[in-house]
Amino acid sequence: MLLKVENLQAKIDEKQILKGLNLEVRAGEVHAIMGPNGAGKSTLASVLAGRDDYEVTAGTVDFDGEDLLELAPDERARKGLFLAFQYPVEIPGVSNKLFMQTALNGIRAEQDLPPLDMFDFDEYAKDKIELLNMRDDLLERSVNVGFSGGEKKRNDIFQMALLAPKLCILDETDSGLDIDALGLVANGINTLRSPDRGFIVVTHYQRLLNYIKPDYVHVLYNGQIIKSGGFELVHELEEFGYDGIVQQHEQAQ
Amino acid sequence: MTDSAQITELNSAGTQYQEIDSLLSKNKNYKEGFFTTTTVETFAKGLDEATVRAISAKKNEPEWMLDFRLKAFNHWLTLEEPHWAKMLYVPLDYQEYSYYSAPECSACDGSADSAENEIDPEVAKAFAELGVPLTGEDSNVAVDAIFDSISVSTTKREDLLELGIIFCSFSEAVHDYPELVQKYMGTVVPYHDNFFAALNSAVASDGTFVYIPENVRCPLDLSTYFRINEAKTGQFERTIVVADKGSYVSYLEGCSAPARDTYQLHAAVVEVVVLEDAEVKYSTVQNWYPGDDDCQGGILNFVTKRGLCEGKNSKLSWTQAETGSAITWKYPSCILKGDNSIGEFYSVALTNRRQQADTGTKMIHIGKNTSSTIIAKGLSAGRSENTYRGLVRILPSAEGARNFTQCDSMLIGNQCGAHTFPYIEVENATAQVEHEATTSRIGDDQLFYCKQRGISEQNAISMIVNGFCKDVLSELPLEFAQEAEELLSLSLEGSVG
Repeated sequence: MLLKVENLQAKIDEKQILKGLNLEVRAGEVHAIMGPNGAGKSTLASVLAGRDDYEVTAGTVDFDGEDLLELAPDERARKGLFLAFQYPVEIPGVSNKLFMQTALNGIRAEQDLPPLDMFDFDEYAKDKIELLNMRDDLLERSVNVGFSGGEKKRNDIFQMALLAPKLCILDETDSGLDIDALGLVANGINTLRSPDRGFIVVTHYQRLLNYIKPDYVHVLYNGQIIKSGGFELVHELEEFGYDGIVQQHEQAQ
Repeated sequence: MTDSAQITELNSAGTQYQEIDSLLSKNKNYKEGFFTTTTVETFAKGLDEATVRAISAKKNEPEWMLDFRLKAFNHWLTLEEPHWAKMLYVPLDYQEYSYYSAPECSACDGSADSAENEIDPEVAKAFAELGVPLTGEDSNVAVDAIFDSISVSTTKREDLLELGIIFCSFSEAVHDYPELVQKYMGTVVPYHDNFFAALNSAVASDGTFVYIPENVRCPLDLSTYFRINEAKTGQFERTIVVADKGSYVSYLEGCSAPARDTYQLHAAVVEVVVLEDAEVKYSTVQNWYPGDDDCQGGILNFVTKRGLCEGKNSKLSWTQAETGSAITWKYPSCILKGDNSIGEFYSVALTNRRQQADTGTKMIHIGKNTSSTIIAKGLSAGRSENTYRGLVRILPSAEGARNFTQCDSMLIGNQCGAHTFPYIEVENATAQVEHEATTSRIGDDQLFYCKQRGISEQNAISMIVNGFCKDVLSELPLEFAQEAEELLSLSLEGSVG
């Protein structure tokens, strides 16, 4: 079991957002988490990544045999947890190369692998740059400085390809992407699917899910997962909307 | 109204910066904060004509030097302490400081060759602790070690003298090379230049005198390390560097002071003269005690540093990494008099907690085809105020002058300030002046982004800060560059983990 979330409850600024969330993700699986605004999708991603603005009030999270909530954010990352941000920030003065080389070598150290020197790194990064159709000068540019919204998201997926995480959480990666960018991002993600890796794709819209067919789909509403299913759940949402699914859930209570 | 009342409390809006603020406010380990207990002779506090005479007498100075001091002192009495910089400080009570303090040792009267003296063991220990080599065994650097008001050791002097290079304490130069000192002292920074220059000229303690003869390339880096020790004293270093025609020297300055409860005063004057075809590279890593969390007890650093590129094709480069002091007021400048002369200023100024810095440069273009480059990086954190103040002045005679200025500010957290006051005065239409400025911020978001990629907090800040300062740090001599990088990280971290 790659990730096991049990009864997760979390709040921010005295507002309870997650109210008992349960989720199980095995390596090799792609889970989509959909839901209306305010349901708690980004909160879930942030809590798993370890943002300390959020306070976990109850529940447990087991990540590959370890208590995730006990680990600092950078420790979680080095153990193989990756978050593709909804709004990736800029880091002026720090080149993409320095950033990624530092990150990658940190993760390699955790796995008792030797660090990559700058030449090895260039080799290693080359095909990933092509995969995401990033500009050749990507590595010299400062992280996300002067990047368009779409480029920033592609940069995150590029980083994901480089760091080869065990669990990838994509927080509304598709928001703000045009069709071409969406295609590139989806392709990048699909290329990284493997039996050793799990994905949690958090999204509003089903668009991305047409490209990245998830194995499981969950509907998150009011801090809890109210319905889970296979890809057919996406069609159901298409037909009934979130409202419809929520009503179903409330009637069943 | 006290400065602390005037400095308004800023509300830490939201949780966004809490993490970064708490990270930066942890007690910094100023490892140089120890003080040395040894027998010292310290003048009673207070400053009047008798004090000036006593300092001169203590150093056994010739008449002309005493005259210089007295003229400066009398002029100083007519001046008012300046407060035009963007900093708040309570006007100093100059009667509350002692203007001379030196460790007692056999011939520490300033006239004897200090290299022959026995260094007070406690003082030697202090310099050892600071990593300053006093015995001349460290091969690449010659050192002049200044402890409060006197130079206690100057290494490698004889070796350098064989090449005709004079490297000695200022006090010694006054005795041993009076013609040279009289020729250059006060020519670049006259005693009436400003309030602190006048004060310094009156009560100058010690500093370094460097003279590089014609066509000699100084084989070693020359350096001075200034150590303030005694409480409630002022240190007024006076340094002169002269590079004769065709010569080259790289000079480094380092400093530190003990952690004290009350403010300590440092008012220095540095004059550099660069003759035809000569080059001087002057690097400073300033790490004066910045004070406690409110900067109480920190050094008040008022410095006048100026270089005259007198000859054709002369070049002067100022490189500085400023991380300490409660207050920093300094504008290393270049007067580009010689045709084709070049002036450069590379600076990283970091302020944290409640430090205040108003620093920058002046490039005065007088000769033909002169050029200047200014790259100033300011990092503000905590509740500090970091100001860049620069002047690029192109006189009518400066045909074909060129200047490039880049000043970048980085704000760390949300309670600090970064300010820029660039003055550009052009009186010749053939001039080309470029000015670029950027402002950026490190917030919790950037730090979290780095952490989520597996990079620790410490490494993230270090990476971001060093990336920002790269252009400047690469101009520092190798040993200094490393020290400066570490200092930057240390000044921002405190004890993490």
